[in-house]
Amino acid sequence: MTQIVATTGNGAAAYAMKQINPDVCAAYPITPSTQVMEDFSEFVHDGIVNTNLVTVESEHSAMSACIGASAAGGRVMNATSANGLALMWEMLYIASGMRLPIILTVVNRALSAPINIHCDHSDAMGARDSGWIQLYSETAQEAYDNLIQAVRIAEHPDVLLPVMVNFDGFITSHSIDRVDYLEDEDVRKFIGEYKPKLPLLDVDNPISMGLLALQDYYIEFKKQQQDAMARAKEIIKQVAGDYKKQFNRDYSLYEKYNFDESDMAIIALNSSAGTIKYMIDSYKAKGINLGLLKLRVFRPFPTEELVEELKSKKVICVLDRSDSFGAQSGPLLAEIRSAMYNLDKRPFVYGKVYGLGGRDLEENHIDSVYGEMDAYVKTGKVPPVCEYITHRD
Amino acid sequence: MVRAKDLPNRNNLFTSGHRLCAGCPIPIITKMLFMASDWPLVIANATGCLEVATTIYPYTSWNTPWIHSAFENAAATISGVEAMYQSLKKQGKINKDIKFVAFGGDGGSYDIGVQALSGAIERGHDFLYICYDNGAYMNTGIQRSGATPFGAATTTSPAGKVIPGKSQKRKDLTFIVAGHHIEYAAQATVAKWQDLHDKLRKGLELKGPAFLNVLSPCVPGWGYPEDKSVEISKLAVETVMWPLYEIEKGVLKLNYRPKEILPVTEFTKHQTRFRHLNKESNKAVLEELQKQVNDYWDFLNSVDGKRIV
Repeated sequence: MTQIVATTGNGAAAYAMKQINPDVCAAYPITPSTQVMEDFSEFVHDGIVNTNLVTVESEHSAMSACIGASAAGGRVMNATSANGLALMWEMLYIASGMRLPIILTVVNRALSAPINIHCDHSDAMGARDSGWIQLYSETAQEAYDNLIQAVRIAEHPDVLLPVMVNFDGFITSHSIDRVDYLEDEDVRKFIGEYKPKLPLLDVDNPISMGLLALQDYYIEFKKQQQDAMARAKEIIKQVAGDYKKQFNRDYSLYEKYNFDESDMAIIALNSSAGTIKYMIDSYKAKGINLGLLKLRVFRPFPTEELVEELKSKKVICVLDRSDSFGAQSGPLLAEIRSAMYNLDKRPFVYGKVYGLGGRDLEENHIDSVYGEMDAYVKTGKVPPVCEYITHRD
Repeated sequence: MVRAKDLPNRNNLFTSGHRLCAGCPIPIITKMLFMASDWPLVIANATGCLEVATTIYPYTSWNTPWIHSAFENAAATISGVEAMYQSLKKQGKINKDIKFVAFGGDGGSYDIGVQALSGAIERGHDFLYICYDNGAYMNTGIQRSGATPFGAATTTSPAGKVIPGKSQKRKDLTFIVAGHHIEYAAQATVAKWQDLHDKLRKGLELKGPAFLNVLSPCVPGWGYPEDKSVEISKLAVETVMWPLYEIEKGVLKLNYRPKEILPVTEFTKHQTRFRHLNKESNKAVLEELQKQVNDYWDFLNSVDGKRIV
């Protein structure tokens, strides 16, 4: 039995945390993720969860306390956004470098300046090299399901890496959505009991954690991290397989929508996929086929799988909701183009930077993108490799 | 009272083979911590001398659980460890009595780590924070910190032709911590080992946060012979450059009152970081330092035995 509710993305994330019942949460409030910890604080103060809630004085201390708590030997979760994630930056690398399976909800928001509280992906993309697994969620439902799966992924002995579950600030975090909750008992069984390998609190078997490793060892640690990231891809698929078997909910490295029916595809993350799906449906009614590939897993980047999916397309437009200033393009386009480069015959891969600071992606924007792709297929007219849309000049 | 002859029998879990400088008093503080403890200890260490010199992979000097994560967050890290302990204990998953300790230098405690320290204390975690105050960023090569004494030369407050050393006063971290209304905050030194032992013990024993600021002379940073750390510590106490006091439940108590207070030059003259103060042209600097020391000592005397926070 599941329970269907109307709730926000933040509400769904807090509910997933309630069901996961972590031993420690250390968090600091920041819009738009604040409600996650507010709702969760109620679960703590009503005695519904076992969690020791540590209301720290900054996001830097939040992640530091999460690291201490996770190293001590238990489940640890936290939530943040934007500048909060940026303030954690130093500690993100330390969490992954120490191989601590911390779960962090990231409610995506633009980085300052100018200060802005609305959605884009500059926060998470800024952390893309930090050694965290990154899952993206289109809806509140996906945020909920991703959080539950994240526990199994992070704690898998072949992985032992922290996981960020992303969803869009305000668009997903504050909109009321239909969410289908699993039973507490089913979630408990699915995630299982956490058995830390080398808990710091095992005083009879003392270990030292966070040592200084110089030229003679550092690179081996990093290679192990990269290998774990590579293994994580299979584990993410396995966990998704189990999730489907038990709850009949389909997750993979990415989701395809009308993808095989078209030789044109848009690639996007998070809630914009909803807008694009809506447009695809409206095109379909007019006899036009446009495909979507919504990436769920950005780290580890599913290079081989994406190349296989994309190689037979004629044109691909990648939508980036963040920019890498001075680079050739936004980060998602850069990765996709790079992945396709070694093919003898490859589609034309280009992209847009859109929606920064919460600017809406509207129907006419998708219309323009479709128009460009259609013109490329029909006439060979080449659009610019990367440009901004949704802005005023 | 603890007797010297009993100490070697205590369970010292800080091993030899570490790479701290010859003469460094930090190992004395660390060993004394174990000698003062009847409990298993879990330790968080800020980045700094103690951390880099004791845990060079694949070696460790710690026979007790030990964690380092970054420079500014030893207090935040130990608060996470302690929070997990409380959680697991409440859930019946752990039943041992464990004590928690965080170590930071003055850089990691007075300056970059003061926010994390303040936060962890305010939240009331059950831990003892030990600051080994060597009066500068010694691990990175003797840069001035908020704990560097007035007039001292460091690599970022050199004894220049125009500016003779550090031109600001020391920050009073012990009082900043006391301002959090915690049960116990104190200053100690390796020169008074019984006092150090008792303060460590007190900090470990009580429930909630406790803070101990221990003067830790630095052979290369202060510039004195490596067999003189204890002697220099003693002079810091006798000149009241480093007064020994404790603030317990808000009441300040001077733990040591020199019979005859020595002039600060008795402390400074042995150290190259103060060498420039011997110059006639820097006489005013030395006078100002003495004035600051007198002033602080007068203040402490005026509140001795009184409730101050």
